[in-house]
Amino acid sequence: MNFWSDPINFLDDWLKGVFAGWGADLLLAHIVTAAIGIIVLILFAMLVAIFLVWVERKVVARFQDRVGPNRIGPFGLVQPFADIIKLIIKEDITPAGADKFVYNLAPVLALASVILLWAVVPLAANIYGVDLNVGVMYLVAAGALGALAIIMAGWASNNKYALLGAFRMVATMISYEIPMVVALLIPTVLAGTMSIQGITLAQADTWFFILSPLGVLIFLISAIAELGRAPFDLNEAESEIIAGFHIEYTGMKFGLFYAGELLHAFTFGGFMAIMFFGGWRFFGLEQYSPFIGMIAFMGKALFGYWVIMWIKYTMPRIRIDHLLAFNWKFLTPLALVTLVATALLDKLLAGSAGWLHALVLFLANLFIGWVTVEILRATGRRRKVEEKDAEAVRTLAPSEGHH
Amino acid sequence: MQSEWLYIGLFLVIGIIVPIVPLVASRLLAPRKPNPIKQSAYECGMETVGESWVQFKAQYYIFALVFLLFDVETVFLFPWALSLNALPLFAVIEGVIFILILVAGLVYAWRKGMLEWV
Repeated sequence: MNFWSDPINFLDDWLKGVFAGWGADLLLAHIVTAAIGIIVLILFAMLVAIFLVWVERKVVARFQDRVGPNRIGPFGLVQPFADIIKLIIKEDITPAGADKFVYNLAPVLALASVILLWAVVPLAANIYGVDLNVGVMYLVAAGALGALAIIMAGWASNNKYALLGAFRMVATMISYEIPMVVALLIPTVLAGTMSIQGITLAQADTWFFILSPLGVLIFLISAIAELGRAPFDLNEAESEIIAGFHIEYTGMKFGLFYAGELLHAFTFGGFMAIMFFGGWRFFGLEQYSPFIGMIAFMGKALFGYWVIMWIKYTMPRIRIDHLLAFNWKFLTPLALVTLVATALLDKLLAGSAGWLHALVLFLANLFIGWVTVEILRATGRRRKVEEKDAEAVRTLAPSEGHH
Repeated sequence: MQSEWLYIGLFLVIGIIVPIVPLVASRLLAPRKPNPIKQSAYECGMETVGESWVQFKAQYYIFALVFLLFDVETVFLFPWALSLNALPLFAVIEGVIFILILVAGLVYAWRKGMLEWV
């Protein structure tokens, strides 16, 4: 075992050896080593979050035909650190009537909920925090804490706009949780395990996006809604309720919400990579070094994050009744149909060759997608005819009055 | 098994401490000069009329009921999805029937107009 083939266990053994040399208790050495590992993992996540601030600002600038930050450091790379210093030395204002405990807890929880997700993210075959056997369930549970933080912030701020933002977040959360969980059930069915590392390992032959392209789409849409990013950013809708839930937050507390949001988006990009795009797998190259796997995973996660950004800066915000209708009348039925088809076909083709299994599932997904588009088209045509009839009745009515 | 959840517990503690660090730094470094106008609720420069904790109609409470139904469903679906390979085909189809019954509930709510914005 050396550093390049198994870095975590190598450093783990080395640290434990150091503590044993100091004559420390074995249990204590174990806990301290784990704590050091956790701190390194969290600091890595924080570093990613700081980098994401730069990525976000640079990419949105390009989408809007601007240059973006380019003054501090090469390509403006040091800009986020300047932002952090500015946010830390800015005066922190607590509104007079706020519920202080909840008000202060909300930004901490917003970031902590994302950090918690990093405990189960497999960065490479042997670089991960912990491999829970209920990893998918843990992901759903810890992910929902972020929405709770937003609701807490909106409620505790003692501001009407913030309260409206919180209530809108409740509406989003009680809807889009369902298609997301159903979309996560699809890789669970295909891999036969809820362990996140196990799902990555099960994608040795085919990545799951080939077996379930609809699953990717459903997961992506519901993840964006859960994040509260445009076009589902009704909870902060700056043109309607100014900034929604974080309207009363200043300085570093706002910074924590911002960092939490960006890291959350990146982490969901990462989970999309793990669930459907093979995680740290990269065409067999990952077996030479875990660091190649880590680079592959980060690249895929960044790509997922970029897609989320692309959607954010392209689509206009949707109305709240459309938000709910889109979920309950389109996304949830589609997710359930996809799950049933995947489960049945996976069971029926259990003993068959890998390529046949993949081909049939892929074609089944294409078929479901085609039927969905046809149903949507027919509905659209019917609506148009109904509208035209209503228009005709309206224009006829006054001329009849003359007779 | 137990050590995995101890690890998560340790992760939770450190994960809460890390966001508190910049807040403490801010408390130490930032100026603090509160005054009543600064602390008043922000409403685009207008004075707040009445209470800030206003009551309004949450028009989606019916959706919340439907959500509860499906959320419980997914909890039952996870064990089914996990043991899919071990189950006989009959049990898999039974799981599908379970989903269909819930879909029937969704269709019923849809037809009754519960999924409309009221």
